[in-house]
Amino acid sequence: MFILKLILRNAFRHKLRTILTIVGVAVAVLAFGLLRTLVDLWYAGVEASSASRLVTRNAISLVFPLPISYKDRIRQVAGVKEVSWGNWFGGIYREEKNFFPNFAIEPKGYLEMYPEYIIPDDQRSAFIHDRRGCVVGRKTAERFGWKTGDTVTLRGTIFPGQWAFVIRGIYRGARKNTDETQLFFHWEYLNETVKKTIPRRADQVGFYLIELKKPEEAAEVSLAVDALFRNSLAETLTETEKAFQLSFVSMTEAIMIAIKIVSYVVIVIIMVVAANTMAMTARERIAEYATLKTLGFGALHIGCVVFGESLVISLAGGVLGVILTFPAAHWIETELSQFFPVFTVAPLTIWLDLAAAVTVGLVAGIFPTWRGSTIRIADGLRRIG
Amino acid sequence: MDTAVTPSPIVSVRNVSKSYRRGSQTVPVLEDISFDIAVGEFLALMGPSGSGKSTLLNLIAGIDQVDSGTITIGGVEITTLAEAELAAWRAAHVGFIFQFYNLMPVLTAFENVELPLLLTGLSRRERREHVEMALSLVNLSDRMDHYPSQLSGGQQQRVAIARAVVTDPDILVADEPTGDLDRVSAGEILSLMDRLVHGFGKTIIMVTHDPKAAEKAHMIRHLEKGILADGGG
Ligand SMILES: Nc1ncnc2c1ncn2[C@@H]1O[C@H](COP(=O)(O)OP(=O)(O)OP(=O)(O)O)[C@@H](O)[C@H]1O
Ligand SMILES: [Mg+2]
Repeated sequence: MFILKLILRNAFRHKLRTILTIVGVAVAVLAFGLLRTLVDLWYAGVEASSASRLVTRNAISLVFPLPISYKDRIRQVAGVKEVSWGNWFGGIYREEKNFFPNFAIEPKGYLEMYPEYIIPDDQRSAFIHDRRGCVVGRKTAERFGWKTGDTVTLRGTIFPGQWAFVIRGIYRGARKNTDETQLFFHWEYLNETVKKTIPRRADQVGFYLIELKKPEEAAEVSLAVDALFRNSLAETLTETEKAFQLSFVSMTEAIMIAIKIVSYVVIVIIMVVAANTMAMTARERIAEYATLKTLGFGALHIGCVVFGESLVISLAGGVLGVILTFPAAHWIETELSQFFPVFTVAPLTIWLDLAAAVTVGLVAGIFPTWRGSTIRIADGLRRIG
Repeated sequence: MDTAVTPSPIVSVRNVSKSYRRGSQTVPVLEDISFDIAVGEFLALMGPSGSGKSTLLNLIAGIDQVDSGTITIGGVEITTLAEAELAAWRAAHVGFIFQFYNLMPVLTAFENVELPLLLTGLSRRERREHVEMALSLVNLSDRMDHYPSQLSGGQQQRVAIARAVVTDPDILVADEPTGDLDRVSAGEILSLMDRLVHGFGKTIIMVTHDPKAAEKAHMIRHLEKGILADGGG
């Protein structure tokens, strides 16, 4: 009881110093939590992609298209249940900063292959039956205040012109990590327009999506599809959606690992800073600890007082950091939704935040605790004069 | 039997030597010191700076270890006690008064005086009674809730004296208790100590540079380069 009182009063003796240390730990914990969340979400995004879907693209590069005529030949490959296709459209809504992914797709099969995009049945059929219709993710609809029936105009970048679509449906994700920012419209609409304006680019698709009958046949089917088009004008590369995502972001994985390392470095830095502060504090109080010892208090008492102070300060910082994490995550989700459509901090991350804060307190407290509890009284008392 | 004429010593120092190691060389501080202090004595230790007064006081108070020799206090040979036993013994038998008061700045006068009682089995109410009594003894009942920074030097030293006597120890050790005080405050502290000896039968060992302070003592001993020179009081 008394020890606790002494710990708390000691902790707030140098208010500025303590507050700065707490803020330092809070910022470090906040950064740690947000960086970890970023990494988590990235891996979750890869996880979210299905292993039972294959993606076929041009073997040379993603930016080269494939002829639409491939679709029937792919469909005949054994093990293929369904084929759909799409084009990365790259349209911009008003300004570049309003970025969200948008695709021209074959409406029926594509949406069936993505059961994780949940669309009310009436909206789904309204979309399928309107060649100029589109469906848009809940996040993007909320971001721009769109409702079904609204007309949205995108400025084409890959396919020049102003493209107007009528929102026929709004989908939401079946899981927390489902991307709710995309916009899909009819590939036919794109193709017909392109036929008139840039005929040489007509009848081409960016990628085929293949649904497998059995996910375990992914390797055989991929090989069979690619074999079909070997030595043709546009050779293909078929891989699982997951592998596709990974190859798409393989460079990003190196960045993710770097971010992970940085998140630990941040904690180590604040550890060193806090350890220095605690050592400084303990040095100033050596005579007090010696006095307590003189009065008969043991090394354990003094150890508790010093260690407790270190823990209280870093835990206060940790809790503050955790509290700040939620508004920060919310801010990222709303203001940076084009980069982070979902930014949910996992409970595990919160625990790791607190564990990091406790570790900072423990490490920062070790040396001063040892100094304070092993000080020889006569030496400690001499420090005062 | 005439034990009443020469009361048995409460402190008995025998052939005590103490040196400090400074780097590779050993600096002798106390050399073969022997003397007794009787119950109810008020002893002043004087001597030039660096002569070893504080060192001797610390040895008697059980906060430093002798190199050789024995110190017996109230029948207990403290030079044989292990650290934890020594801590318990100190808490029960010795009251400390320091030059710079050594109060905990984050605790009020009341809480500072209560400190040594926290190591006893006393209840909260009993502690409160003891603390109030000790503070009234030093005439600071009205300053119980003040923090050290809100008190004058003399008042702080009085709080320290209350802390030293609150456990009712047999001996009080004071290292230059008036060294940091003006004449008036020093006078107050000295008469308080005088009262502790005469009114409460405490034994006090006080290190001082101040001849005025030494005058209050019954006996003055001089330390000169680690050797004790007798002096009357
Ligand atoms: N822990 C220590 N380590 C090394 N030397 C020490 C230590 N403590 C005391 N000394 C030395 O022992 C000698 C006696 O010191 P002490 O503090 O007992 O003197 P003092 O008589 O109390 O002096 P003052 O009147 O200045 O307080 C000094 O030379 C001092 O430097
Ligand atoms: Mg001294």
